[in-house]
Amino acid sequence: MYNFEYQKPGALADAVKALGAADAKALAGGMTLIPVLKQRLNQPSVVVDLAKLGLSGITVTGDSVTIGAMTTHATVAASADIKRAIPALAALAGGIGDIQVRARGTIGGSLANNDPAACYPAAALALGATITTNKRAIKADVYFTGMFTTALAADEVITSVSFPIPAKAAYVKFKQPASRYAMVGVFAAKGPAGVRMAVTGSGQGGVFRFTAAEAALASNWSAAALNGISVSADNMMSDIHGSAVYRAHLVGVIAKRAVTAAG
Amino acid sequence: MNAVFQGIGASVRRTEDLRFISGNGNYTDDINRPGQTYTIFKRSDRPHAKITGIDSTAASAMPGVVAIFTAADFAGVGGLPCGWQIHNKDGSPMAEPKHPILADGKVRHVGDPVVMVIAETKQQARDAAEALVIGYEDLPSYSASRDALAAGAAAVHDDAPGNLCYDWHIGDKDATDAAFAKAARVVKLDLLNSRLIANPMEPRSAIGDYDRSGDMHTLYTTSQNPHVIRLLMGAFVLGIPEHKLRVVAPDVGGGFGTKIFHYAEEAAVTWAAAKINRPVKWTSDRSEAFISDAHGRDHDSHAEMALDADNNFLGMRVSTMANLGAYLSTFGPAVPTYLYATLLAGVYKTPAIYCEVKAVFTNTVPVDAYRGAGRPEASFLVERLVDAICHDTGADPVALRRQNFIPRDAFPYQTPVAVQYDSGDYFATLETALKNADYAGFPARKAAAAAKGKLRGIGLSTYLEACGIAPSKLVGQLGARAGLYEVANVRVNPTGSVTVFTGTHSHGQGHETTFAQLVVDQLGVAHNQVQIVHGDTDRIPFGMGTYGSRSLAVGGSAMVKAMDKIILKGRKIAAHLLEASVEDIEFKDGKFSVAGTDRAKTFGEIALTAYVPHNYPIETLEPGLDETAFYDPANFTFPGGCHICEVEIDPDTGVTSVVQFVAVDDVGRVINPMIVEGQIQGGVAQGIGQALLEHAVYDAQGQLLSGSFMDYTMPRADNLSNISVGTENTLCTHNPLGAKGCGEVGAIGSPPAVINAVVNALSAYGVRHMNMPASADKVWNIINGGLRAAAE
Amino acid sequence: MPQVTLTVNGKTSSVEVEARTLLVELLRDKLGLTGTHVGCDTSQCGACVVHIDGNSVKACTMLALQADGTKVTTIEGIAAADGTLHPMQEMFREHHALQCGFCTPGMVMSAIDLVAKNPQGLSEDEIRHGLEGNLCRCTGYHNIVKAIDASQSLMHAKAAE
Ligand SMILES: Cc1cc2nc3c(=O)[nH]c(=O)nc-3n(C[C@H](O)[C@H](O)[C@H](O)COP(=O)(O)OP(=O)(O)OC[C@H]3O[C@@H](n4cnc5c(N)ncnc54)[C@H](O)[C@@H]3O)c2cc1C
Ligand code: FES
Ligand code: FES
Repeated sequence: MYNFEYQKPGALADAVKALGAADAKALAGGMTLIPVLKQRLNQPSVVVDLAKLGLSGITVTGDSVTIGAMTTHATVAASADIKRAIPALAALAGGIGDIQVRARGTIGGSLANNDPAACYPAAALALGATITTNKRAIKADVYFTGMFTTALAADEVITSVSFPIPAKAAYVKFKQPASRYAMVGVFAAKGPAGVRMAVTGSGQGGVFRFTAAEAALASNWSAAALNGISVSADNMMSDIHGSAVYRAHLVGVIAKRAVTAAG
Repeated sequence: MNAVFQGIGASVRRTEDLRFISGNGNYTDDINRPGQTYTIFKRSDRPHAKITGIDSTAASAMPGVVAIFTAADFAGVGGLPCGWQIHNKDGSPMAEPKHPILADGKVRHVGDPVVMVIAETKQQARDAAEALVIGYEDLPSYSASRDALAAGAAAVHDDAPGNLCYDWHIGDKDATDAAFAKAARVVKLDLLNSRLIANPMEPRSAIGDYDRSGDMHTLYTTSQNPHVIRLLMGAFVLGIPEHKLRVVAPDVGGGFGTKIFHYAEEAAVTWAAAKINRPVKWTSDRSEAFISDAHGRDHDSHAEMALDADNNFLGMRVSTMANLGAYLSTFGPAVPTYLYATLLAGVYKTPAIYCEVKAVFTNTVPVDAYRGAGRPEASFLVERLVDAICHDTGADPVALRRQNFIPRDAFPYQTPVAVQYDSGDYFATLETALKNADYAGFPARKAAAAAKGKLRGIGLSTYLEACGIAPSKLVGQLGARAGLYEVANVRVNPTGSVTVFTGTHSHGQGHETTFAQLVVDQLGVAHNQVQIVHGDTDRIPFGMGTYGSRSLAVGGSAMVKAMDKIILKGRKIAAHLLEASVEDIEFKDGKFSVAGTDRAKTFGEIALTAYVPHNYPIETLEPGLDETAFYDPANFTFPGGCHICEVEIDPDTGVTSVVQFVAVDDVGRVINPMIVEGQIQGGVAQGIGQALLEHAVYDAQGQLLSGSFMDYTMPRADNLSNISVGTENTLCTHNPLGAKGCGEVGAIGSPPAVINAVVNALSAYGVRHMNMPASADKVWNIINGGLRAAAE
Repeated sequence: MPQVTLTVNGKTSSVEVEARTLLVELLRDKLGLTGTHVGCDTSQCGACVVHIDGNSVKACTMLALQADGTKVTTIEGIAAADGTLHPMQEMFREHHALQCGFCTPGMVMSAIDLVAKNPQGLSEDEIRHGLEGNLCRCTGYHNIVKAIDASQSLMHAKAAE
C-alpha cells in the first residue's frame, strides 16, 4: 500500500470538501478499496473514512425501503423490516461474500464501486432504485454507466438508496467458484415499474437489463415464459471459469430460477 | 502409567493443539530478530526475456533502503542444487542447467526473482522495488510441454537443447511389445494431469541472521526438512560449513511438499544477513506464493493397455511429457520418474510395462512434489485407463479390477517396474469400500436423482502408492544424491521423563502426539512425560525431514531402534542394581525385573541411577541414558486401498457435487486413529479439489491466470461433504512398527475415483474421458454438445 | 504519525501508526499478538479473523485507524482469565479440527461469531456455508464442522448462565 493521509470527518460537508482534493478516495467498508490499495492499484492522496457521518440506517414506508449508504450487508440481511418488505433484498445482502465481508461492506460502497460481478447493482437496476447523493437523486437506469463506472462525480458521496417495494422479487446467484462473487446473478422483480430483470456478473458492460425476458414475463410471469429466450454471447465476459457461451446459457437458467423463486 | 491408555492405537488428543488453539504457535513470520531488516524480491513480470539492464539509482535513494542486490552480487555463490540425477535412455545424464539465486542475464518465468531490495520496513522495501528500472527484451515463451518440445522452439536454457531435460524410460520394452503383439484388444487413452498449486495456508517465510562474534549463520525458514536445507544451502550454495550454519524450521503451517525444496529466498536472506550484518526477513505474499512456490503435477500422457480375449491385462505402455517448469527444483526430476513410473503397475498383475518420460523445461514456475508427487499421476492414469477399458469392452469396473488384482498370496510381489510390494490385500479394501458405499444400492439412488433432474454417477479407484521414503541403496541406484534414512535421539532425563529429537518435521501431522505414543508404548512412560523436539539443526543430530509419508515408517522406526538401545542399557543397569545377570532382566510395563521374581526397578529409578551413578558398574558401562539410532528402510512401504465417489451433476449448469465419498485404505499399523482419519480426510479434500476445482492455468502469453484465491479455486467447507474413512490394514513386513504411511493416500486415491464418477454420470452423453478439473463450464459443454449431438 | 487508541483483549493501547498500517499489522507487529495470521492478500482466507465490537472481521482488510475506539478480541483473548479454554477451543482439540494450526485462530474466531449469532442452532450445511470466509488446507473441514457443531450446545448453555 502507498501511504496516504487519513481523515475521518464528522460531517458530510467536511467529507465532501476533503474529497475535493486531487486523488482523494472515500472509504466505506473497505472490502473493495483496501484490497485494491494493498495491490497498489490505486494511489490516493487522502482517504476519507465515511464511518462517522451517520449514514447508516433503514427506513421502510408503505411503498419504499430506504437504506443509508453506510449500512452494512449484515445489517440489511438481518433487518426484519427489509425481510418483510423486500425479502429478496435481505437475501441478496445475506449472500454477499462471507460473514466477515458482510460485517463491514456497505451498500453505498458496493453501488459506488459497481463491480461487474457485484450483487447490489442487480437489485438497484431491477427494482428501479434511486441513489441519493450529497448533490442529487439518481435513477438506477442512468446511474450504472459501465464496468466499475457510475454517474457519480469524484466528490459525490452516496448518502442513501431507495427501493420501491415490488409485488414479487427474487435474486439468484451463480457463484464464480473461486472468488464467490456472482458469475451470473439475476434479480427478477414485478413491481410498480413493471417487470424488470437485471443481470450481473456476466456482461462486459457490467449490470444490464434482460429486456427480452422482461417482455416475455410481462405477459406471463413464469419460468416457462422464458423458454427459448436467451442473451447473446457477444457481450458476455469470458474467463477461465466460463466462456461467453456458457455465461449466456447460465443467464437463461438463472433467470428462470429467479422467476420461480419469486413465486 | 496413566490411567487412560495412550500408547499405540489410542486416539490421544494432540499435544501441539494447546498452543495452536490459543494463538501461541511460533511460525516463522512470528519471529522477529533485533535490528531486523525486510526484503522484497522484485520478480519478473514476463515469462521469458533477456535482462538488458537494471537501474537501481532511484531505488537506492528511497527512504529506508539498506541494500540492493542483483545477480552480479551473487557472483561467488552457487546455484540451487538438484537432489536427483536422472539418466537418459542412452545412459547420459540429464541436462542440468544452473538455477541462480537471482535471475542472471535472463528471466525464465513470471515470478523469477531479479533484484533483492532490503529496507528498514517491508513497505519501504516495496516502495523501493517499485522504483527499480529493469530493461527486458522479450523472448518466445512456452507454458505447455508440448509447445516447448516443438521443433524450433526457443531454448529456455542454452545448455538444454530442445528444452529437454531428459528422455528416460523404465521397464522391458521388448516384453511389452510382445504383449501388445499377441493382444486381442488394445485400449488407448490420452490424458492430462492438471497443474496444481499446493497453497499451504502459511505462506513461505525466511529470516537470515548472522552472529559476527561467532561467525554463525542462522536461517529460520518454513521448511519440512531443515537439515536438508542446511546441507544443500551450506555445501552447494553458500559454502558455509555445517558447524557454522543453523537452520530452524519452527511451527510450519502446512507444507504438502512445497516446503521441502531449497528455495532461492532462503539462500538470499542467509547470504545477505552476513553481508549487511543485520537480520533480513522475507515473508511471501500469497500472490507472490502463486508465482514462486513450486507447482505440482502437469503431465501430458498417452497410455495403452494390451488385453487378452478375457480382458486380462497383458501389457501396458505409457509415454509422458512432464513439465518441470523453468528450473530444476530439488526433487523435480525424481517426481515424473521414480515416484511415478515405478507405480504404474498399480494393484494389477500386468506382466509387462514400459514407460518413457520426457521431462521438459518451460517458462513456468518450477514443478516439484505436491502431496503424493508422481503417485497421484500414476494412479490417475492407471485407474482412468481401467475405466476406459470398461467403457470400450463393456466390462464391469469392479469385476475387471478384481480379475486383474495381484492375488493375496503373491506377496512379496515384484512388479515389472522396479519395485517389490511387501504386503497388501486389495480384495479386502475393495469389499469393505463397496459395503461402506452401499455400491449395490447405487442404481436406486441414480433413479431417485434422475427423478429430480440430476445426473448421478459412481466411480471407484483401487490405487496403490509407494512411500516411507526411502531405502538409501535403492534410491541411490535410482539417482538420488543423498540417503533417505532417518535419525532419532532418545534422551531419558534423570527423573525419567523423555525427550526425543527427531529428524522428521511436523507441519500438521501431529508428531508431538504420535511419536510420544511410541514412547509410551515402548518405555512405559506417561504421555505427558515425553517431549518431541524437531525442526532445529542445532538440537537434532541429523535428519531428512518429512515428506513421502516417511515420518512414522522411517522416523518412527529410528525411534524404536533408539529405544531398543535404551532398554538394553537399562537392563544392564538393572542387572547391576538387582544383582542378576543381564539375560535375566526383562523390561515390561515400565519396569525392569528379574524374570520370575518380584525384584524390580522402575524406569525412573534406572534413569536416575544412570545419571547419579553412585552405585553403578562404572568399569563396564558409561553413565547416562541417551541413545541415537539411524534407520534406513529396507524397502518402500506400499499403502493402498479403494476410494468410491458418488457425484450428482446439475445438467442445467454443469455443477458437480460430491454427494458421497468413501475411502478404505491400508495404511499399515495405526498409532493414532484420530490423526490417521484426519490425514486421509485432508488428502481426500485435496484430491477432490484437483478433480473438481483447482487448476493452475497459464495463458498463451505465459501469465498465470489463476494467480490468486480470486481465481484458483480452493476447496471450501461448502464444496465438500463428510468423508467416510475406514481402514483394512495389513502390516508392513520390513519395518519394526509395521507402519506404511497415511499422509498421501487421500490425495492419491481420490482424483480418479471422482473423475470416474463424473464420467459415469455423463455416460449417457457418450463421454469416455475427461481431464481435471471437471469444472462446471467443462461439464456443461459436454452435456450441451451431447444433447446437441443427440438432437442432430 | 497518526495515533490509534483501541482496547485489545481488555487492554487499552495507544499506538502511532502510518495511515496505511493494517489492523493485522498493528496486532502482529506492534502489539506482538502473533496468533492472528495472514494467509492471503485478497481478503479470502480468513486466517486473520478477529472480533471487533463483537463481530468477526478480517483484520487484513481494515486499516488500524478504522479500529480507533473499538474493542478488539483476538485468539489470545478468548480463554477465561484463569486460562480455562473457550468451548470452541476445547471442541477444536477434542474433534481434531486442526492440523498445522495456521488457519485455526481465524477459524475459531469465525466459528465463535457464527455460533453466537445463531442461538436457534445451525445444521451441518449451515455451518459449512457459515465458513465461507475461511480456508483450511489441512483438514478437509470434516472435523472443523464436527467441532463447531459440538460447541453449539456448550456455547449456548454458557451464554444462558
Ligand atoms: C472476500 C470478498 C467477497 C466478496 N463477495 C462479494 C459478492 O459476492 N458480491 C458482491 O456484491 N460483493 C462482494 N464483495 C464486495 C463487497 O460487497 C464490498 O463490500 C463492496 O463491493 C464495497 O463496499 P465497501 O463498503 O466495502 O466499500 P469500499 O471498499 O470502502 O469502497 C469501494 C469504492 O466505493 C467508494 N465509496 C464507498 N462508499 C461510498 C459512498 N457512500 N459514496 C461514494 N463512493 C463511495 C470508495 O471510494 C471505493 O472506490 C466481496 C468482497 C470481498 C473482500
Ligand atoms: S489474511 Fe486472508 S483474509 Fe485476511
Ligand atoms: S489446520 Fe492447516 S490450514 Fe487448517
